[in-house]
Amino acid sequence: MKYLEAIGKYFIMVWEVFKKPTKWRIMKTLIFKEIDELVYGAMGIIIFISFFIGGVVTIQTALNLTNPLLPKSLIGFAARQSVILEFAPTFTSIIMAGKVGSYITSSIGTMRVTEQIDALEVMGINSLNYLVFPKIVAVMLYPFAVAISMFVGILGGWVAAVFGGFAPSGDFIQGLQMDFNAYHVTYALIKSVVFAFVIATVPSYHGYYMTGGALEVGKASTTSFVWTSVVIIILNYILTQLLLG
Amino acid sequence: MIEVENIHKSFGDNHVLKGISTRFDKGKTNLIIGQSGSGKTVFLKCLLGLFEPDEGNIYYNGQCYSELSIKEKRNLRQEMGMVFQGSALFDSMTVEGNVMFPLDMFTNQSQSEKQDRVDFVLKRVNLVDAHKRYPAEISGGMQKRVAIARAIVMNPKYLFCDEPNSGLDPKTAILIDNLIHEITQEYDITTVINTHDMNSVMEIGEKIIFLKNGHKEWEGTNKEIFKTDNKAVTDFVYSSELFKKVRQMYIEERN
Repeated sequence: MKYLEAIGKYFIMVWEVFKKPTKWRIMKTLIFKEIDELVYGAMGIIIFISFFIGGVVTIQTALNLTNPLLPKSLIGFAARQSVILEFAPTFTSIIMAGKVGSYITSSIGTMRVTEQIDALEVMGINSLNYLVFPKIVAVMLYPFAVAISMFVGILGGWVAAVFGGFAPSGDFIQGLQMDFNAYHVTYALIKSVVFAFVIATVPSYHGYYMTGGALEVGKASTTSFVWTSVVIIILNYILTQLLLG
Repeated sequence: MIEVENIHKSFGDNHVLKGISTRFDKGKTNLIIGQSGSGKTVFLKCLLGLFEPDEGNIYYNGQCYSELSIKEKRNLRQEMGMVFQGSALFDSMTVEGNVMFPLDMFTNQSQSEKQDRVDFVLKRVNLVDAHKRYPAEISGGMQKRVAIARAIVMNPKYLFCDEPNSGLDPKTAILIDNLIHEITQEYDITTVINTHDMNSVMEIGEKIIFLKNGHKEWEGTNKEIFKTDNKAVTDFVYSSELFKKVRQMYIEERN
């Protein structure tokens, strides 16, 4: 019952976010600020993680392809499929739920604790629109980050394969081009848009409706990370079934 | 002027406000006092429109709040200024940005007009060299002054303050009290202050409402509070030895 109530409250919150918009002149500044914080600021960790994940996937694939009859190009093929279908959109989203989600929950939660949200409401401002809408718009650029993650992940795989001596560059690249289905990229980008919306709204919900003091802000950040990850994993299953099943 | 007519407010089984009726006059400093848990904050939040009373009405210059449309309520909110207990300044903005915020949101004034208004109100609250500093870089007393400047920048008709001098040293607390009182008279604002501070009661309480367990127990001025025989009020206001002596001296002088 408690969970149903929370789900209902979440959807009401999402509805409220789009009501009574803030002046565009103000909103524009907020959106650019959030793009800087939530997308541009996260690029470093996205690139770092993607590079090494791509490398690890390649090494593990290579170590498991022990049959000499299997061509080395399969290493590139497996790395491409793993990175594009799962690692870039889903794994990066989970990492972002930790980095960006915690930031969102703690910043909104602190504003709640210090009555800054009440101050906005007293002024007659739709605080949900003012605080959450720019975050949603900013994370809609997230598919670009995922696209970069795909590229860097595959690059990491190529570096691991070639410099680790697991496959020659030509074979790896041949594998990358083998049976390429562009729809898989579309599928990954669709997933990343949905996950981005979750990353912006679920932590906002936990921050906005939190009660208590500084300790509760920390607890809300942890809870928000757990629930954002759970929702992403469930939606990943549903979207995979719908789009690829 | 704000008229409150028999308002009730409950949270679940907890009946917090139990039929409060009163009137807050224009140009006067009105104080709400009472022990913790007496319903002061809930009452103030009802006046601000943050809580909708379960029963009863609140009239702002004769307009019943519950009968206003969403747009009219929004417009009314813009006529209200609020000073929060912890100042509630926006951390990410400078002092100047905080004070300019309502002007940015609700007016179409040019940048120079807004800047002139911000300079004027900051000067009015005696803050002339803190424009570019962030809330974390200024003292508690200065934060309160910025909060007052932000509250009055839109020329409000109603000013609400939730414990404006809590956490301040006695001298700064008196300065803040006097500043609010002067602004109330100067701009003919209806000011309602929620306070625990007995210095404020004695100094600026042109009208005082004492709440006890969600009821209005007593109502009067800072002169009348010396004379009252209401035990609940005297127990609360004169709980310290100092105030007991002050009251004794006042009664002796009168006799």
